[in-house]
Amino acid sequence: MSNVPADLKYTKSHEWVRSLADGTVEIGITDHAQHALGDLVFVEVPETGRTVKQDEPCAVVESVKAASDVYAPLAGEIAAGNPKLADAPETVNSDPYGEGWLMRVRPAAGALAAAELMSAADYQKVLAAEGG
Amino acid sequence: MPSREKVIFEYSQAGRGASDQWPHHPGSAALADLPAKLKRSKAPALPEVGELEAVRHFTRLSQLNFSIDTHFYPLGSCTMKYNPKACNQYAMLPQFLARHPLAPESHGQGFLGCMYELQEMLKEVTGMQGVALSPMAGAHGEFAGVAMIRAYHHARGDLKRNEIIVPEAAHGTNPATATMCGCVVREVPVNSSGDVDLAALKAAVGPNTAGIMLTNPSTLGVFERGIEEVARVVHEAGGLLYYDGANLNAILGKVRPGDMGFDCLHMNLHKTFSTPHGGGGPGAGAVGVAARLMPFLPIPIVAREGERYRWLAESDLPQSIGRLSAFMGNAGVLLRAYIYMRLLGRDGMRAVGEYATLNANYLLKRLEAAGFEAAYPERRASHEFIVTLKRQARELNVTAMDFAKRLLDLGFHAPTTYFPLIVPECLLIEPTETESKEVLDAFVAAMSQIQKEAQQEPERVRTAPHTMPVRRLDDVRAARHLDLTWTPTTQH
Amino acid sequence: MAFIPHTEADVAAMLAAIGARSIEDLFAEIPPSLRGSSLAGVPEALNEMEIGRLMSERATQDGTTLSFLGAGAYEHHIPAAVWAITTRGEFYSAYTPYQAEASQGTLQTIYEFQTMIARLTGMAVANASMYDGASATAEAALMAVRANRKSRSARILVPTTLHPHYRRVAVAMASNQGLKFEELPYCTVEGVTLPASLGKYQGEDITALVIQQPNFFGRLEDVDALTDWAHARGALVIAVVNPTSLALLKPPGEWGSRGVDIAVGEGQPLGVPLSSGGPYFGFMTARMEHVRQMPGRIVGRTLDAAGREGFTLTLQAREQHIRRAKATSNICTNQGLLVTAATIYLSLMGPQGLERAAAASHARSRELVAALTRTPGVRLAFSGPCFHEAVLLLDRPVAPVLKALAARGILGGLDLAPYYPELGPALLVCATETKTAADLERYRASLGEALQGARAA
Repeated sequence: MSNVPADLKYTKSHEWVRSLADGTVEIGITDHAQHALGDLVFVEVPETGRTVKQDEPCAVVESVKAASDVYAPLAGEIAAGNPKLADAPETVNSDPYGEGWLMRVRPAAGALAAAELMSAADYQKVLAAEGG
Repeated sequence: MPSREKVIFEYSQAGRGASDQWPHHPGSAALADLPAKLKRSKAPALPEVGELEAVRHFTRLSQLNFSIDTHFYPLGSCTMKYNPKACNQYAMLPQFLARHPLAPESHGQGFLGCMYELQEMLKEVTGMQGVALSPMAGAHGEFAGVAMIRAYHHARGDLKRNEIIVPEAAHGTNPATATMCGCVVREVPVNSSGDVDLAALKAAVGPNTAGIMLTNPSTLGVFERGIEEVARVVHEAGGLLYYDGANLNAILGKVRPGDMGFDCLHMNLHKTFSTPHGGGGPGAGAVGVAARLMPFLPIPIVAREGERYRWLAESDLPQSIGRLSAFMGNAGVLLRAYIYMRLLGRDGMRAVGEYATLNANYLLKRLEAAGFEAAYPERRASHEFIVTLKRQARELNVTAMDFAKRLLDLGFHAPTTYFPLIVPECLLIEPTETESKEVLDAFVAAMSQIQKEAQQEPERVRTAPHTMPVRRLDDVRAARHLDLTWTPTTQH
Repeated sequence: MAFIPHTEADVAAMLAAIGARSIEDLFAEIPPSLRGSSLAGVPEALNEMEIGRLMSERATQDGTTLSFLGAGAYEHHIPAAVWAITTRGEFYSAYTPYQAEASQGTLQTIYEFQTMIARLTGMAVANASMYDGASATAEAALMAVRANRKSRSARILVPTTLHPHYRRVAVAMASNQGLKFEELPYCTVEGVTLPASLGKYQGEDITALVIQQPNFFGRLEDVDALTDWAHARGALVIAVVNPTSLALLKPPGEWGSRGVDIAVGEGQPLGVPLSSGGPYFGFMTARMEHVRQMPGRIVGRTLDAAGREGFTLTLQAREQHIRRAKATSNICTNQGLLVTAATIYLSLMGPQGLERAAAASHARSRELVAALTRTPGVRLAFSGPCFHEAVLLLDRPVAPVLKALAARGILGGLDLAPYYPELGPALLVCATETKTAADLERYRASLGEALQGARAA
């Protein structure tokens, strides 16, 4: 059973979202997602300053057997990409909810509400339905 | 098998060389007209080795390979059958090797005659009206096919048709090809018995449908029984049918794609017509089309006018999708396919599909009798079939990959693993018609042995192979720490 | 028959095991309405002796010629060892090295090839081959669009001095994805692309510039100036190079102040016979920063479970079998066996042997041009140095002259009329190290006679 922290919000496509004190949100992939992909060998994070629409592919996570797009859970502007992942993609495997964050986004007005993110409990139900 | 071999650069000694192979140097005065700023300042660091050293090095490397000439290769979807020696010998006659691609037709009537007859034979065995030989691999042929479908719609002013439908079990080249042709992919599911889900297909087609790409028999190793209905649905929606010839070996001489309703196809001559795989290529991906797509065929094509053969080029086919190779594709591969087809003749061509199917069904029944689970047990196998090891994975924690690696130890190349993606822990097994009953029986014995090992000493299977030049390789390390060229300081 | 080993007893035993009465029963799932093709158009089988006779007759029909054709395919001496080893069954009949443990020979050969090609071009990374030089150029254009993230235009500048067939292949293979190829004019005096002609693109969004060296006319382009011009405007540079020439000429990794971004070319000169146009192979190299945008297979060195070195395909998540519709290309089967031949060729030639082949080809082509331009009615089209090809202008149409030469067993070069009509009667000729002084003299004398004959007619 994979780890699903209660204090985060989630998407059906296995991203997590954490609200930070400075008004930005931090985004990563869930423990379930990193486990399904296997050992990551490459992570591509978006350039700072890029505007993204909700559900737009904006990062790539790659293992030796799969490559997967990461979708923006909400609309906004990229405030930062995690610079450590270029040299240490395995951080996403070892600490998906902490050091393995992918990007920080400054949400567009009303974007957070429009995103209709899931609670941890609801995400658990998605995983159960997927057989995970 | 022999153990590993040094990298050739490790043999290199400054000043050594296979000098008997080199031309005389014209002297530096002959190079005086080259401007200094365009010249190379330092010689490229190629290896400096003697001829015997090079011969031994590459001979030893060859001995680290499995090949058809040395091993049984039941690779599903790859048709690894015997490559007759005569095909190589006669395709490498000196005049064929020396002929320049731009040599005039007057000095190529023999070669062009072979190409023309090859086109005609390929039309006959596929039921198509036109054939072009220049695509250089299956995926290149797929590109030509989808580009022709697109060009056909565009020529009719039907500009919005940009969707290519593929079954979810399709080869990766199908969706990748659609993208290369500027189309978008719509996947349709297959039902539990392996046929395309017709209701889903009917829902997927519409005014944006450019066409559908299908393999038949499918990548699930069964014949698509609903093919006539699939053709009707797609054609009524205004789309065309593309046949991926990867599995043509199964039906050669028995049923033709053109008779099933396909408008367009490629043939993998390196599968069905037994040209060598060469460690990854070259292939040849000749394309065939129904009459309505003939104006769009890629150039060049060989035409016969009276007793003479000539190339058709842009001026003959103004609507052609154009040129896909600098010259005319993999001519030497095409010659090998021509020789193979002439050696087989009409009756041999029929025997291919028959015995490929006989071997696959025999191997499937023997494996089932030995306790292995077929993915589609109620279906007749085509030229290949799927065994699923999901029970072994669940109960013994031994995976399809483990079985595949252990087979190498026992002297068999692994079947295709983890393809198609929709069957868990699968082995896709294609024996081909050129293998004897004894070889198939030995393969069953090896599979049974591994099954027994998986129960009694599973670690032996999980850590296989044990007898190959290397153990399992660290793919993750290879991708994280890219080491793609040799340097003297490269160290692990 | 058909290389099928089954005896009647085998077939009977196998059908019994299956529970089928006949082989025909195995096809029962195929709707009867679809079956029954006669294959009337396929002839009866020939045995090996008969096919040997037939192919020998066909080969004899093609004949043996003295050829001065180049234009993208070049006659070089191929050491006997190259094909003696390449056609060993262990290379010839092996599959793609997906099962790395059973394919170390192929994988290590490709790794050695990648190293040699990277060193020859002065680039960081090479892939395991494309179909040919033309398709590699098309793939390089697609790759440049992915790699140049600052550019949004997908505009590729292509000099008309790039091989005309390469230009056509690039359009056929890449324009479906929205790439726009814009042709640059050449200087009619020097036969090269003039950096000054690029002025009209000042300030515009250009994704990449293609530069062929030596160019289709055999002439040497000012690669430093062209490379720096493109880089100063945010465009990537794609070099199209002849691998033999790189023994003498500056490698693309050193063009301009920082080298090109992608270098491709036709690998045929490296030990591959002319063979009517194929199979050849395209090579592709790039800067390391672009490796994930490369199409095709790449081999890497890694460690095995026992900690020993070994080779495996890597970065496969770029490829169609994993990335499917989002792959960098649809390419799967490549030209592996030709890469094996080229790796053996480069090992036997080494830096000295390759330099000799390049230098001797350069010298022979200069001698050829000197000899032919002594003939009345023949002059050189462009001023400035060439590698091993040159364009000659005749005082009358080229086609009948070539026909007269062919009747004497000489292939005198390529008539450029269909490609560059503005040049008038222009002929592209090539000589490599395979030509002797007697060969050149035979061509000179025959050309003189052919021209005289044409004048008389």
